[in-house]
Amino acid sequence: MNYIFIFLILISFVCAIINGKVDIVVNEMLKSSQKAVEIAIGLIGIMAFWLGIVNIAKVSGLMNLFSNMIKKPLLLIFPDLKNNNEAISDIALNISANALGLTNAATPFGIKAMEDMQKENENKNQATNSMCTFLAINTAGFQIVPAVVLAILTASGMNNPAQIIIPTLIVTSIAFISALIFVKILERFFK
Amino acid sequence: MIKFLNTLSIYILPLIITIILCYAIYKKTPAYENFIEGAKEGFSIAVKIIPYLVAIMVCTAMLRASGAIELLQNILKPLLDYFKIPVETTILMITRSLSGSATLGVLSDVINQTGANSYATKLAAVITGSSETTFYVASVYFGAVGIKKFRHALLAGILADITGLIAAVWICSVFFL
Repeated sequence: MNYIFIFLILISFVCAIINGKVDIVVNEMLKSSQKAVEIAIGLIGIMAFWLGIVNIAKVSGLMNLFSNMIKKPLLLIFPDLKNNNEAISDIALNISANALGLTNAATPFGIKAMEDMQKENENKNQATNSMCTFLAINTAGFQIVPAVVLAILTASGMNNPAQIIIPTLIVTSIAFISALIFVKILERFFK
Repeated sequence: MIKFLNTLSIYILPLIITIILCYAIYKKTPAYENFIEGAKEGFSIAVKIIPYLVAIMVCTAMLRASGAIELLQNILKPLLDYFKIPVETTILMITRSLSGSATLGVLSDVINQTGANSYATKLAAVITGSSETTFYVASVYFGAVGIKKFRHALLAGILADITGLIAAVWICSVFFL
């Protein structure tokens, strides 16, 4: 990210000088930072609403119920964790929290799951198959409700932002399944 | 089918909220108090992303004003046109594996540029909503337990990202074009 940041700014200055648009670029630079803050402030309401709703699910135990339901199917994906009940529970909680868009709540469960798996790891420097699988499905970012994106769309005045929910769900499911397939194929080649 | 799914999109939020509230009643937990407790976090999350939004929105605004985006647009145009990918979304495709907050900035920028109801906005929203930042997740989770050899984890993540991108372009063209 560091190099991209530097590269983008320097490229802009170079192009601005070549195209003789330095004044416009400087003007845009100042104006857009203002705009960024306005967008962030616009997110507060919807984020607060969604995090409030999801917190009800968390405290009432609905999230735990959901994660208990997905534990069994998860064992098919993580055959190595048959005897590591703690790790499977944390992975289930991590996926449930992510699915609801609770990224902040999901991360501690994810780290906890990694620690549980690390306990049974023979080579502490190297990731196990289960760890790689867990990471790959996490990077696919499975989410039922993309709360932040909905917040941005609503703040920007889109008609009916909810229309993106199903397409997003389909795409994230495809990414999730492909992550599983890739990780299972690749684990044979990386010993 | 598409029409049905579009309707489902609208009903999914009320449905989830109803399930959550009914379960809270069933378990006799105080929904209102828990709502307030959770909602408090909304402010800090929005404020936390300000620096990232500023960084990326300034970058893209400068790029556009300088004419660099136009240049890129002209080079990539034939390829992007073929797949019906709006040129505004190309930066998003790069940042989304690197930084989630930066991706939100680019999404906001696409909306600013093309309008809230454009196809570019919808595609950008689906790409953003369906991905997690592969490199960030890897560094946090493996870093937390001191794993140094990632083996195939990153490669699988990136391949899944690419699959997700292709899926997003395809699904959006089915739904929104």
